[in-house]
Amino acid sequence: MIDTPTAPLDDVGGPAQPLLSVRGLTKHFPLKGQLLGGSAGVVRAVDDVDFTVRKGETLGVVGESGCGKSTTARLLMHLIAADTGEIVFDGCVVGSRQLPWKAFRRQVQMVFQDSYSSLNPRLTIEDSIAFAPQVHGVARREAVERARDLLTRVGLEPRRFAERYPHELSGGQRQRVNIARALALQPRLIILDEAVSALDKSVEAQVLNLLLDLKDAFGLTYVFISHDLHVVRYISDRVMVMYLGQVAELGPVEAIFDAPRHPYTQALLASMPTMDPDRRTEEAPLAGDPPNPINPPPGCRFHTRCPHAEAVCKLKAPRVQAGSSSAHAVACLMHEPGSGHGRAARGDTPAMAQAAE
Amino acid sequence: MDSLAAAPMSAATEPLVALRDLHVSFTGGRAPVQAVNGVDLEVARGDTVALIGESGSGKSVTLRSLLRLHPAQRTQMRGEIRVAGLDVLGLSARQLADYRGKVASMIFQEPLLALDPVYSVGQQIVESIRRHEPVSAAAARARALQLFERVRIPSAARRLDAYPHEMSGGMRQRAMIALALACRPQLLLADEPTTALDATVQIQILLLLRELQREMGLSIIFVTHDIGAAVEVADRIAVMYAGRIVESGPARTLIRAPRHPYTLALLKGRAHGHLARGARLQTIQGSPPDLAALPPGCAFAERCAFAQDACRATQPPAVTLAADHLARCLRTEATAVAVVDPAPCQG
Repeated sequence: MIDTPTAPLDDVGGPAQPLLSVRGLTKHFPLKGQLLGGSAGVVRAVDDVDFTVRKGETLGVVGESGCGKSTTARLLMHLIAADTGEIVFDGCVVGSRQLPWKAFRRQVQMVFQDSYSSLNPRLTIEDSIAFAPQVHGVARREAVERARDLLTRVGLEPRRFAERYPHELSGGQRQRVNIARALALQPRLIILDEAVSALDKSVEAQVLNLLLDLKDAFGLTYVFISHDLHVVRYISDRVMVMYLGQVAELGPVEAIFDAPRHPYTQALLASMPTMDPDRRTEEAPLAGDPPNPINPPPGCRFHTRCPHAEAVCKLKAPRVQAGSSSAHAVACLMHEPGSGHGRAARGDTPAMAQAAE
Repeated sequence: MDSLAAAPMSAATEPLVALRDLHVSFTGGRAPVQAVNGVDLEVARGDTVALIGESGSGKSVTLRSLLRLHPAQRTQMRGEIRVAGLDVLGLSARQLADYRGKVASMIFQEPLLALDPVYSVGQQIVESIRRHEPVSAAAARARALQLFERVRIPSAARRLDAYPHEMSGGMRQRAMIALALACRPQLLLADEPTTALDATVQIQILLLLRELQREMGLSIIFVTHDIGAAVEVADRIAVMYAGRIVESGPARTLIRAPRHPYTLALLKGRAHGHLARGARLQTIQGSPPDLAALPPGCAFAERCAFAQDACRATQPPAVTLAADHLARCLRTEATAVAVVDPAPCQG
């Protein structure tokens, strides 16, 4: 760290070791209570979430508002502290002596949705990009030189743009600056929290192309959070579907989009507007809004809206079940052998659960 | 209503809405911003038209002009707006108040900002009904209850007394639709009504709008940047760019056989289901033009793959390609061979 402030970081555990594994990540926000500190309850924003991100992949995270996808991103960056849970980055526990938070943050950077409020309005974009490397001990001249190089990489000509302030740029250009800033520390993982959601479609396509190019050029790994299922399908290798602070389903992008197993994922996909004027949607897959994450429903959190819900779903919380291939996991009692759900296999062999589908 | 009674009764064949050469510009900045530059649009009774385009294309400005919501002092409007036989630009303040809500009504993207936070939703609907019709408070409330049931708000009687902040996003949008329909308008203007909603709620609201349109014989102008949402609700689609409608036609034609280079590029640049992962998206280079300094020719020419010198010299006229299918482009013969995407892209 001290001798070579921002040299590219080495791969520690080899390609087979996940870049990031998250175990039991939980964050409950207490609601403002009564006068004497009595608590009015908690928002269960993220509740016991497990997942891994493999080296070089793009993990898409989808879900509706209140499902905890942005909170998960902020917990990963330690922008807010988790209640419980462990984050392991390339074999090292984050926050331990081996990998303190500051060292971790050099390897993981984030791009936010609002390109304007995430830049300092009083710094030129060149200074914004050069800021973090200087914090980590790079000389100013070198940092500025690198910033100009990065501006070129993201398609903004330094001679025209380096001296500008954020308000002098368009939304797409500002988001390019944010991406360049995220790259300035040569990180290995970039978390993109709705990074293209605020952009117009034509600009969104440009930024998505840029993200793909940079991923190849710098060997990056992405966690791509979005509510836009089309974009997630396009950019992700694996997809995690969240519902009310928990993981509903996690698997390869083809499996999630072509053969979704969780009733929520099925409904979410069926809710996408069609592009075929002759096959318009005739019936909404789900009624009502997602429930409030304050006091979420007991048992399976989706049972209040689920078309297949039975009495047992109200009582018993499903555990995440690995399916036929261990890569495709689903948290639903229908896929949990012996759970008591009418559609679940009665025995304990996963093979029977598969056959019952 | 008395002040509106003078309006000539329009024949059933006449379009409900007719915009002719509408120009809207905003003054007050360094240079006037020309947000709308000659829009012609007709909406038949019972028809749903989607206006699509990117931010700054003038779609919301056009929509708001129909209710004259722009601040009068800083806005210059030229052209003609006729709705149900009324000359909207010529209405007096009093007539305008009668017109809003009764003839044409609007729903917005963010109901929490559009609804009044200090009155319950029921009170707001009652107020709107009694402003336009001589009915008792009890009768107005009974109608508000019917409306709430009509837009399928659960436990409607109780929800009438709820304040906007006590409702969820989807329920607030339903409440705003109920408010907009309170005085049985003929025209509903929808400004990105589902953009702020979750996916599973968005489709519910789109289907509700379609159903209400059918049952009440409404005409709807639906502004959105989401082509998918437009396909779900609209009979016709009009694509806007730099304050002009560059292409319009039946939804089916526009999606399957677009002829304006901008529409083509929009459809090609979408990340959609049938695209191979990792394949590059086709993009439109550059960004939309500055509305304070528009070029003399086609505003899209600078970003257009088909552009020639003639495109930059003059404003291209609207070319009729088929019945009801228009494109403002000099190069429509070149775009006829450009195929978008043969596969209908569901999902």
